[in-house]
Amino acid sequence: MTDFPLLSLVTFLPLIGAVFILIIRGDEAVVARNARWTAVWTSGITFLMSLLLWINFDTAKAGFQFVEKSEWIAGFGIAYHMGVDGISVFFVLLSTFLTPICVISAWQVIQKRVKEYMIAFLVLETLMVGMFCALDIVLFYVFFEGVLIPMFLIIGVWGGQRRVYAAFKFFLYTLTGSVLMLIAILAVYLAAGTTDVPTLMRYTFPQSMQLWLWLAFFASFAVKVPMWPVHTWLPDAHVEAPTAGSVILAGVLLKMGAYGFIRFSVPMFPYATEFFTPLIYTLSVVAIVYTSLVALAQTDMKKLIAYSSVAHMGFVTIGIFSVTVQGLAGALFQMLSHGIISGALFLIVGVVYDRMHSRDIARYGGLVHRMPLYALFFMVFMLGSVGLPGTSGFVGEFLVLVGVFQVNTWVALLASTGIILGAAYMLWLYRRVIFGRLTRDDLKDILDLSPREIAMFVPLLAMTLWMGIYPAPFLAVMDGAVTGLVDQHKAAMAAVQSLSVAGR
Amino acid sequence: MMYALCIFLPLAAAAIAGLFGPWVKDRGAQIVTCGAMLLSAVISIFILKHVALDGQVQEVELFPWIVSGQFETAWALRFDTLTAVMVFVVTVVSCAVHFYSVGYMHHDPGVPRFFSYLSLFTFFMLLLVTSDNFLQLFVGWEGVGLCSYLLIGFWYEKPSANAAAIKAFLVNRVGDFGFALGIMGVFFLYNSLSFETVFAATPAKADAVLHFLNWDFNALTVLCLLLFVGAMGKSAQLGLHTWLPDAMEGPTPVSALIHAATMVTAGVFMVARLSPMFEYAPTALLVVAIVGASTAFFAATIGMCQNDIKRVIAYSTCSQLGYMFFACGVSAYAAGIFHLMTHAFFKALLFLGAGSVIHAMSAEQDMRKMGGIHKLVPLTHMLMWVGSLALAGMPFFAGYYSKDIILESAFAAGTGVGYYAFWLGIAAAVMTAFYSWRLIIMTFYGRPRADERVMAHVHESPKIMTVPLLVLALGAIVAGYVGYDAFVGEGMQAFWGKAILVLPAHPALEQAHHVPFWVKVLPILVGLAGIGMAYWLYMYRPDLPGRVARRFRGVYLFLYNKWYFDELYDRVFVNPARYLGRQLWQEGDGTLIDGLGPDGVAAVARNLAQRASRLQSGYVYHYAFAMLIGVAGLVTLYLWLQGR
Repeated sequence: MTDFPLLSLVTFLPLIGAVFILIIRGDEAVVARNARWTAVWTSGITFLMSLLLWINFDTAKAGFQFVEKSEWIAGFGIAYHMGVDGISVFFVLLSTFLTPICVISAWQVIQKRVKEYMIAFLVLETLMVGMFCALDIVLFYVFFEGVLIPMFLIIGVWGGQRRVYAAFKFFLYTLTGSVLMLIAILAVYLAAGTTDVPTLMRYTFPQSMQLWLWLAFFASFAVKVPMWPVHTWLPDAHVEAPTAGSVILAGVLLKMGAYGFIRFSVPMFPYATEFFTPLIYTLSVVAIVYTSLVALAQTDMKKLIAYSSVAHMGFVTIGIFSVTVQGLAGALFQMLSHGIISGALFLIVGVVYDRMHSRDIARYGGLVHRMPLYALFFMVFMLGSVGLPGTSGFVGEFLVLVGVFQVNTWVALLASTGIILGAAYMLWLYRRVIFGRLTRDDLKDILDLSPREIAMFVPLLAMTLWMGIYPAPFLAVMDGAVTGLVDQHKAAMAAVQSLSVAGR
Repeated sequence: MMYALCIFLPLAAAAIAGLFGPWVKDRGAQIVTCGAMLLSAVISIFILKHVALDGQVQEVELFPWIVSGQFETAWALRFDTLTAVMVFVVTVVSCAVHFYSVGYMHHDPGVPRFFSYLSLFTFFMLLLVTSDNFLQLFVGWEGVGLCSYLLIGFWYEKPSANAAAIKAFLVNRVGDFGFALGIMGVFFLYNSLSFETVFAATPAKADAVLHFLNWDFNALTVLCLLLFVGAMGKSAQLGLHTWLPDAMEGPTPVSALIHAATMVTAGVFMVARLSPMFEYAPTALLVVAIVGASTAFFAATIGMCQNDIKRVIAYSTCSQLGYMFFACGVSAYAAGIFHLMTHAFFKALLFLGAGSVIHAMSAEQDMRKMGGIHKLVPLTHMLMWVGSLALAGMPFFAGYYSKDIILESAFAAGTGVGYYAFWLGIAAAVMTAFYSWRLIIMTFYGRPRADERVMAHVHESPKIMTVPLLVLALGAIVAGYVGYDAFVGEGMQAFWGKAILVLPAHPALEQAHHVPFWVKVLPILVGLAGIGMAYWLYMYRPDLPGRVARRFRGVYLFLYNKWYFDELYDRVFVNPARYLGRQLWQEGDGTLIDGLGPDGVAAVARNLAQRASRLQSGYVYHYAFAMLIGVAGLVTLYLWLQGR
């Protein structure tokens, strides 16, 4: 089993599916049907394969597992190096878990260019999974940037009315950050002489260089997270993207930035991490309070959830830079939980959007009369987003706060205000959409969830509750990698301190 | 096994009624939930006997929950005397309310949903009281908050009900904010969240210092105060009380179960549960006593001027919770829990009685439109008398024993705060008696003020509603007498065991039995005075209250408008938050970030591109001119560099 290239299989299986879809010929209806089924089967099998990663994951080992390595660009020592550890394995699973759901969600909504749409999603899956598995910084960069292209197309081609504006805004923001990261990668290569991530993690960069490199990586990752004040692409991108695009965007793409922080910034630049922690805290706290307040004022359902995403990701960055076991584990958990809950919430909005073609909150009201099942699902996901204990949202948020409380009580206090504001905007949204009298005539014969939609929500609901009530299996997998990271950081900081003492 | 069954039966029932509502129908949901509750209540009696009377502490470990590094919590149930008392109160009252609701809600379209929520609430409440660590306590805490939200907003078509539900959830969240920070602090200080570990380590930490918000504080004081903020939210204490009166938008059985007997007392339970921590934090105890006493007084003043029958009782609950808190504040935790138990019976009785009145009056809640119905609903009338007598602390009813011991403890504490609590408590006792009889007189006596159609419909409630009332009435009559010895009397030590810790330095409850005679009789006398005043004002001189209100218009309006707390909060928190949100969105995100960022850059780029394109005019002499300038520039540069 150890020699079996499981990671490569999981990564490239969707691409093979995409190729199959590409060669489908025939009249439009047949092509569309075949494309859909191929996409479902491919992504479904990929998900099952990825489950093997979890089943065979050895929690006792701290390092990378399922490692594959072969030469790629030999002259520069750049390798095709893949592997997962307790940090990345769940992101692979998250990607493979959400993709089939996205494909199912687009079953009837997408009627034009079905073939291309499915191809875009499968290619996107390959790139996402590849990005989380890549252990060579150049390989990582290729996947990291590659993700932009299918997403850009998904927003630009299948999006709403202002889709072109949103797509370009998204592209510009993220690309600007990426250029700086590319320069930093070159600098890393020139300084350390390798692009191999495990090697780089043990390499010690000079302190002043760390600061610059950290900033360059930060520019790219902060946009992806997104951190305040570079978050304004997110609401527009979400609003214009098709439902499934929003799900992937919120579910996986937002995690890329935070994943980058954990994978590169924290272990490679410990000194700079410590140096810039106050900056991260400030930006994150501002993000939590600011975007929660902004979310209160929204009139568009998708925008509201988009802003709530920014606030939730604020918790993630706080957790990461607390560099405590609870903070990091909480951040990872929060990312998974947010991936599932916000994905589910976008699908929830998608359900009524498909029926009424409006995301305007004022357009709805009293839906519970016609759609009790919908109201139930919405309720659970809403509560998950609010962070009610018993749902996954609570575990992550609380662990993050426990972690940061040990380091900085001010941040813990200010971030905790997010749990009040978060409840305010979500309950307010729910009340306006679901409760009240059903007055509009066209809502009077709106249909409750179809079996296809139920099939889509049930796994998400199960995950939300499972991760909330029995999170131990997830945390156990993370534990080794997180503890290792914290220990390594502490050792590095101790080294820095003894160095500065010796220098005096 | 039996222990776990007691807790999880309501959950199972809630799941069946909630998820299979359309299949089991109204009747099925009622049978399942009521049956489960009845079984739970019966088991709880055995638990009370086994744990409290035979002194056997039980623990049931379920499975691990959050494990991350040193942060370890498990799902576990723990039964000691305190828990057993609470489980008993919760299941018995809940059972009564379930049966009552069968009659009260019978023509509502959402019966399965209602019973499902009610059972789910009971489950979370039981989870709360049986928790063996801080975090699970928090789960139950939030869970009951959720059910409270769902039940207040049960009639989701009413905008006022929705608003009240959200308000309840948010105000509680403010309290939880403190609670959560407190839990984090506990983990930081003790590296554990299990009650047992924390309590064992507390004496050693009595002087520990916590660096909190750039300041060094006594760690236990900070933690206890943070946790107490949570208790204030849940138990509607001064400042965080605004949600409770609004919560009366929910169906009346809900008010009886959640907003009188169980959930709102969770704060008192928490302080008693954490007595091993609070005992070592004298400053925190001081705050608890002051807040409790002030609430007891403040809520009673408002209760005198309300016209909605349920709101009067709601403010009364708020006030009685204040009593329980100041009992805890003077280290008489047992007295607080004793009052919690008796209060659960008589207040649930009063609420359900009020529900019975509302039912009879075709859903009218305004007491100004009632009156003259005591002969039409004799049983309800009698039961309301029982409840009010117990509430006012008239001799030999339940409230007499528990309220007196609280006041005596406060007096016996012998501290400044103790006297403060005692005198405010006495003042509140006058008002309690006054508003209770004001309620009874306005509701049952005098000339009927409802229109004829309503009066023609007035009828006594069916058996399914009155039998639970009789059970509660029995509790309201005998609970005080039966429980006195064990809870606060001679059997106190044996009964509580290790469940409640009181340091020898805080002997208020011991001393309470040796206070001067006048302290013992004063509560009864002032109670009688309050009743007399109500009779005089509302029975014999019904013109007087209006004149008093006109004469002291400022005071009346101040009380009628509930000390203007809602208006204050709207001005200070709610409206600014909305304003800020809108401003940040449009000005911050729109004008500033996007203006200077992507949109601004795009505009500049477009501008530059247009200018650049204008340069390409196509005329040869333009290009020649440009070349000439370039050559000149280069030559200059060359010469300049040479010269250096």
